Amino acid sequence: MPREGNISNRLTGSSNSFNRALLVPAIKDAFRKLDPRSQLRNPVMFVVEIGALLTTFFTLRDLATGMCTMLALNIQLTVWLWITVLFANFAEALAEGRGKAQAASLRRTRSETMAKKLVNGQVQQVSASQLRKDDIVLVEAGDVIPGDGEVIEGIASVDESAITGESAPVIRESGGDRSAVTGGTRVLSDWIKVRITANPGETFLDRMIRLVEGARRQKTPNEIALTILLVGLTIVFLLAVATLEPFALHSGTQVPVPVLIALLVCLIPTTIGGLLSAIGIAGMDRLLKRNILAMSGRAVEAAGDVDILLLDKTGTITLGNRMATAFIPAPGVTEAYLADAAQLASLADETPEGRSIVVLAKNRFHLRERDLGSLKASFVPFSAHTRMSGVDLEGREIRKGAADAIEAYVRERGGFLPSEVKAAVEKVAREGGTPLVVAEGARVLGVIYLKDVIKGGIKERFAELRRMGIKTVMITGDNPLTAAAIAAEAGVDDFLAEATPETKLKLIRDYQAKGHLVAMTGDGTNDAPALAQADVGVAMNSGTQAAKEAGNMVDLDSNPTKLIEVVEIGKQLLMTRGALTTFSIANDVAKYFAIIPALFAANYPELKALNIMGLATPQSAILAAVIFNALIIIALVPLALRGVTYRPLGANVTLRRNILIYGLGGLIVPFIGIKLIDLLLVALHLV
Amino acid sequence: MISMDILQMAFYLLLLILLAIPLGFYMARVFNGESTFLDPIFRPLERLIYRLTGVDAGREMNWREYALMLVVFNILGMAAVYLIQRIQGILPFNPQHFGAVPPDLAFNTAASFMTNTNWQAYGGESTMSYFTQMTVLTVQNFLSAATGMTVAIALTRGLARRSARTIGNFWVDLTRSILWVLLPLSLVLALILVSQGAIQNLNPYLTITTLEGDRQTLAMGPVASQEAIKLLGTNGGGFFNANSSHPFENPTPLTNLLEMLTILIIPAGLTITFGQMVGNRRQGLVILAAMLLLFVFALGVVYASEHYGNPKLGALGMRGPTAMEGKEVRFGIVNSSLFATITTAASCGAVNTMHDSLTPLGGLIPMLQMMLGEVVFGGVGSGLYGMLVFVIITVFIIGLMVGRTPEYLGKKIEAWEVKMAILAVLIPAATILLGSALAAVTKTGTSSILNPGPHGLSEILYAFASGAGNNGSAFAGLNANTPFYNIALGLAMLIGRFGVILPVLSIAGSTAGKKVVPPGPGTFQTTSLLFTGLLAAVVLIVGALTFFPALALGPLVEQLLMLAGKTF
Repeated sequence: MPREGNISNRLTGSSNSFNRALLVPAIKDAFRKLDPRSQLRNPVMFVVEIGALLTTFFTLRDLATGMCTMLALNIQLTVWLWITVLFANFAEALAEGRGKAQAASLRRTRSETMAKKLVNGQVQQVSASQLRKDDIVLVEAGDVIPGDGEVIEGIASVDESAITGESAPVIRESGGDRSAVTGGTRVLSDWIKVRITANPGETFLDRMIRLVEGARRQKTPNEIALTILLVGLTIVFLLAVATLEPFALHSGTQVPVPVLIALLVCLIPTTIGGLLSAIGIAGMDRLLKRNILAMSGRAVEAAGDVDILLLDKTGTITLGNRMATAFIPAPGVTEAYLADAAQLASLADETPEGRSIVVLAKNRFHLRERDLGSLKASFVPFSAHTRMSGVDLEGREIRKGAADAIEAYVRERGGFLPSEVKAAVEKVAREGGTPLVVAEGARVLGVIYLKDVIKGGIKERFAELRRMGIKTVMITGDNPLTAAAIAAEAGVDDFLAEATPETKLKLIRDYQAKGHLVAMTGDGTNDAPALAQADVGVAMNSGTQAAKEAGNMVDLDSNPTKLIEVVEIGKQLLMTRGALTTFSIANDVAKYFAIIPALFAANYPELKALNIMGLATPQSAILAAVIFNALIIIALVPLALRGVTYRPLGANVTLRRNILIYGLGGLIVPFIGIKLIDLLLVALHLV
Repeated sequence: MISMDILQMAFYLLLLILLAIPLGFYMARVFNGESTFLDPIFRPLERLIYRLTGVDAGREMNWREYALMLVVFNILGMAAVYLIQRIQGILPFNPQHFGAVPPDLAFNTAASFMTNTNWQAYGGESTMSYFTQMTVLTVQNFLSAATGMTVAIALTRGLARRSARTIGNFWVDLTRSILWVLLPLSLVLALILVSQGAIQNLNPYLTITTLEGDRQTLAMGPVASQEAIKLLGTNGGGFFNANSSHPFENPTPLTNLLEMLTILIIPAGLTITFGQMVGNRRQGLVILAAMLLLFVFALGVVYASEHYGNPKLGALGMRGPTAMEGKEVRFGIVNSSLFATITTAASCGAVNTMHDSLTPLGGLIPMLQMMLGEVVFGGVGSGLYGMLVFVIITVFIIGLMVGRTPEYLGKKIEAWEVKMAILAVLIPAATILLGSALAAVTKTGTSSILNPGPHGLSEILYAFASGAGNNGSAFAGLNANTPFYNIALGLAMLIGRFGVILPVLSIAGSTAGKKVVPPGPGTFQTTSLLFTGLLAAVVLIVGALTFFPALALGPLVEQLLMLAGKTF
């Protein structure tokens, strides 16, 4: 069945951040956000807005009193200061807009549904919004599941595409790890009885809507720390500019207030201040595009800090099943004979391992599949008691199973396990494989080498992670010998063998005690404690409600490999913040060189020596700096939304690269930009 | 000649590093409580002091207790300095019969010596009795330097410890820094100074007849003992008004070299101590390297500017270095430039040349070094903790760019640390800017200015930078002994001192309690040469961005005007 695409694409039609459907509401929102109450959340831009208000006041006063000396400059300054605020608002609105569009689409799926509530065995039609926790509802084919809950009776196929974007139906049944159902999804066949586990407004869908909407977005720890730094810098520049007036007075001159405000706005970190919340929202959004739902921005940030990844072996590192890769015959047996016997014993074995033996026999010796019925064979299925399976045909009794089970079987018949076979068994186990011994009657034929197949490209991925400073730990139920061999082959740094929920939890705690931050994925109820303990716990959407509650992210695709992408997005988020902060601060150097000589041109013409950009007039210099300051915000919106380019390199390489681009670039770019704008202003006779 | 000068400056730096490294290791042993060769003398004394004062040396303090003890101890010290000045007229060792110091000046001096500033709005030989000089001023020289050291050590412990609640015992750190570090070094230095001709007596002033037949009063006093700690403790308050340009304070070229070395030896050594105590010597070396980088830059500008001098004089046909106004002929351009850079790099403030007479650019650098927060080596202790504040800011801004919550020495730098680090930078900067602005536009402020134009503004800026930066040197063109300046600068010194110490101690407390993230390839390395450059750049950029407008109207424009042929 074709995939419908991830939910972000599906809901907005395109992943392009600049499509028109988003732009128009974002522009509207940019004006709406001029409300000082909403600006208060962002102290840097709040200062700009106050500055814009003051400049407006002074310009209007000049208009009223007919003071025309600085009027043209003041009017333009006023306009550009307001534009600065609007640009920052627009960036935030645009980032929020994508989430809002997604939320609106999700809301539609939540449209008023009726529920068949079971009261004393009688069905009552009630509105879904009237359901409360612990109510029991009946959901039949074609019905929309009215709320989050747990299947207590029955089995049904469910279309969960509203949540996951995955159109292939999934099976939901009572008991086990597949009992959780989500409100808003649709039962396709059969029926289930569901016990409601969430009150209206608290369901998964509701939470999801709130999250993508960013309505209750709280600042993350790192965002708070950065805001403090930005506020500190703003205060520093406020002081530097405010005390400039007394110094100017002392020097026998006076700087007009609008010009002081222009200087202040240029100096305070408006670039990062204006884009900070957009960066945060866009980070969550990038996760959502990959169909991962982060329960909080804090979790996304923590993902960037993670330095230990706990990965389940099965499904993440290896393909789900073991595959037969070799036949090792016993002395005096040909490989072809062993393959033939093994194939016969596996013909009726529908397990993936059994199928892989048939496939291997076909590939190695062109043994065609035979029909058991026509062979008059009877299949002996695997039982926990014998721990063997096999086939009886024409007097032949072929069995395959674990070495000790087969040894007991042949001993009973007067045979023995040859030492060569014993050695082969040990060798296979040591290499991380699973040995299956094949016997015919009292005679041992040899060993089938069943191997865990490592996913393609995973080893390179782990090497990348290692370069990023992230250690990978494989979690498996295998014995230590097998685990060690697979770990070596997959290139993980460490492994936990014979893992139980308790040892998993203990492992996480041990790492955390040593100062590490741990990320893991999980789906089962018994994963819940470990998911909750981990710094980043990604629950699979296919998993149980308990697991989803315990984790701080949900992967709607249920693809455990995605943990790696989560880490990368977290890192990218932090890097984007750092890069734009550095850029913003580095910009100030050029702005000083533009404005300071301009301020005192009349009084101290000697300061012209500092006008290294050769800006035309004091007015053009001030205006050019302010315009550059506003335009750089809008120019960096795509970077803020997309995030800085991330490459999985070590910290030192990444750092050197980013310092070169954003530090040095931040020093140089404004010199060029301001000069160009100055030239343009002069050419257009605006000053 | 320039090459000889450069050789001299390089020789100085080499000697400094060679002396600072062993001292740094020694101080690490002292503050870790390990054994040292001075233990036989000082252990019994230490035990006696604790027994007499009732200090429980084994009991550690959290940062709040530590800060409280520090503040209370310093307030008491300040009260003592104030009181003795006010009643010195009735106290012994006062051969010149000086009366009580006026209240505003006494307050200023008390604040000055308690905060390790040693701003002197008075002339030593015409105001203070020997008793005052010895019992409170010299004693405070020891105590204020020791206070700085305790804070640096407490912060070092805070960064080194993991999941701890305490950062050491203030009384123990204070006692050990005096007994094991300041006292023995001062003793040695004082003896050398005396051997070179510095005076040490309690005699009345001499009146002599000069060769020309004029009568001159020669001030006497216990100079050498105060001189030694004045430099070692980066205090800088001279016994005499002329400070280290006075032959009784700084008699020979050897003493000049020693004085310059001793100003920076403890601040430089503490970076080594830091590396040793946090268990990674490179961490200390990186900080030392950043300080050296900034220092060489500053020295280069001062020396070049002084060497170049005023082109106006060159035009008159004068040859060789012309900027000799305010400089001792026996020290010349190079030793004056070096001393001026050293004394303002460290928050010392001792001078062997008059900074007011430096060329505008040459005067800008001392001012800038103070405005940067006295972190280029800086004061005893205060230089290290000030620089660590910048390290935290650097790590936070730059560290984000590697894609992880920034961490320093494995400690995550979070909102609290950022807030406190910003406060530690913001408080002194605000004090300098607001104080100067107030002085620049009020009648009481401007009436003290002796020079017109931008130089007058430079004088005001210098005074507040010196006060808030706890340096103590001055542009002498400002009459600072007025009630306005005595009180304003006294407050600036107090705010500049405790406005940094308290945030720093709170950082120490907060980082001490954190877990340590083990370093890996994803960790932002703070031991690289790159980090040295970044740290120096952040110090310079933050300082430059904050003070550029003010400096542009002061020394910068003055320099440009001078080049255009206009002087003040």
